[in-house]
Amino acid sequence: MTLQILVNGLVAGTTIGLGAIGLSLTYSILRFANFTQGDLIAWGAYLTLAVAGAIGGLLAGLGPAGPLAPFSFGWTLPVALLGGMALTVLLALGLDAVLFARLRARGADAIILVMAGFGASMALRAGLEFIFTSAPAYFTRELQIARPLGAGMRATPDQLLVLGLTAALVVALHLLVTRTATGRAMRAVGESPALAAVYGLDVAGVVRITWVIGASLACVAGTMSGLLVQIRPTMGFDLLLPLFAATILGGIGSIPGAMIGGLVIGLSESLAVQVLGAEWRAAAAFVVLVVVLLVRPSGLFGRGA
Amino acid sequence: MTALSIRGLVAGYDPDLPIVKEVSIEVPEGQVLAILGPNGAGKSTLIRAVAGMVPTFGGEVRLAGRDVTGAPAHALARAGLGFVPQTENVFTRLSIRENLQIAAELLPRPARAERIAAMLAMFPDLGSRPEAAAGSLSGGQRQMLAAARALLSAPPVLILDEPSAGLSPKLVGQVFQTLRRIAEDGVTLVLVEQNVRAALELADRAVVLVDGRLAHDAPARDLIGNPLLGRLFLGGRAEQAA
Repeated sequence: MTLQILVNGLVAGTTIGLGAIGLSLTYSILRFANFTQGDLIAWGAYLTLAVAGAIGGLLAGLGPAGPLAPFSFGWTLPVALLGGMALTVLLALGLDAVLFARLRARGADAIILVMAGFGASMALRAGLEFIFTSAPAYFTRELQIARPLGAGMRATPDQLLVLGLTAALVVALHLLVTRTATGRAMRAVGESPALAAVYGLDVAGVVRITWVIGASLACVAGTMSGLLVQIRPTMGFDLLLPLFAATILGGIGSIPGAMIGGLVIGLSESLAVQVLGAEWRAAAAFVVLVVVLLVRPSGLFGRGA
Repeated sequence: MTALSIRGLVAGYDPDLPIVKEVSIEVPEGQVLAILGPNGAGKSTLIRAVAGMVPTFGGEVRLAGRDVTGAPAHALARAGLGFVPQTENVFTRLSIRENLQIAAELLPRPARAERIAAMLAMFPDLGSRPEAAAGSLSGGQRQMLAAARALLSAPPVLILDEPSAGLSPKLVGQVFQTLRRIAEDGVTLVLVEQNVRAALELADRAVVLVDGRLAHDAPARDLIGNPLLGRLFLGGRAEQAA
């Protein structure tokens, strides 16, 4: 066993953590477990890929765009990521307007919203397979050599970029939620939407902001995962259990908690693969989830029940 | 001028079973109106419907002459209607200052800090520890914060749902003292209150609601110690009671 488990776990944990933050925010503000979060991750990756392809097609006459050394991708990927985020946000807002907002307006119970989300999740996944086929896709086919970090650990430049970008996003989000008027409004709506309206807050507007943040993070998470591994229509579905485990482990509504939860799940999976074998990867998240629910149901940073 | 006009209001949770039945009340500017009545009379539903928190099925609500019937709560808050719910009226996970900062969003940016400072000065219990979580406050202090929040944007009309509910007699006195100060500033006050004597001593006028309908409307001082009130609370009608 080597310290490389640490690097592998942290890298895997970034995708889980970013997805879990979105899940945690929607859970705390919309008050239901959003099963579409995983599929928004997959759609985010595919939409970024589509935008990158469109940019490549438009600029085909200028010759091939080489990678931005030392990374495996060219400048089109960061630009495409912005486009992908915008499209993922539109998808999430559309989903809310067509499905969830209508159910909320009818006073639907949380379980109805969860079931609706589960159905939407299947539809989204089927839509991806229909449009993009189930064959894996890649942002880049450049081969990257992992570089030594010391203490026997190695990481590729792409992996280090993903870790750095994730850390920056988490800090920015934490500051947004704790230090800005938007964050105050989100926390207020999370505690009591009715009272927030009495205070003069536009609850529907806060719900939209929550979707915007959740979908943007999903797109970044999907793109990062696609960059480091591959893009598949089921990549989001496969992440669902780790996402929920990370969200519950961190404590509903806690951004640092969701990120730390994601990293713990990523490390647990990495350890399980190393010690027990790859077939036990999914079980790691499940075990962590069960232990947390038994020992501390409110999570590491959650408020007590 | 009429600050708040309620005409033929029908409201509740089911159109076939309205709780508030064709209630009409005109509240002139600067008046303190107490809404009294037995439990289940529809007092809280009436003011929650006025504040945009309960569906209305008929009638109209006008704020300073402007039709606001069926407007959502946040739009009414922005239109100048302050509302303090009976319970869960502050964000317990936010600090005192953050509670006030959210309310201050209704004001122009340059005025916000000054108004927050003014509210913290008006309520010394809050001003002494503005960074404390609202959840750590006592019941009376929470009512103070709720009132400070509602007053921060200087609403012309302030509606309170049982501001003394669950408070010790000493705290009830403090709350009513605060409400008296607010009324002296010219704010139109509408309060639902179970503490009838305290409400009548504060109010200029009182209406009694029985079974969702307006049963009596009189100057508050006329009702202090009046046995008519007791009979109305027991379900009688004004003409029978008289």
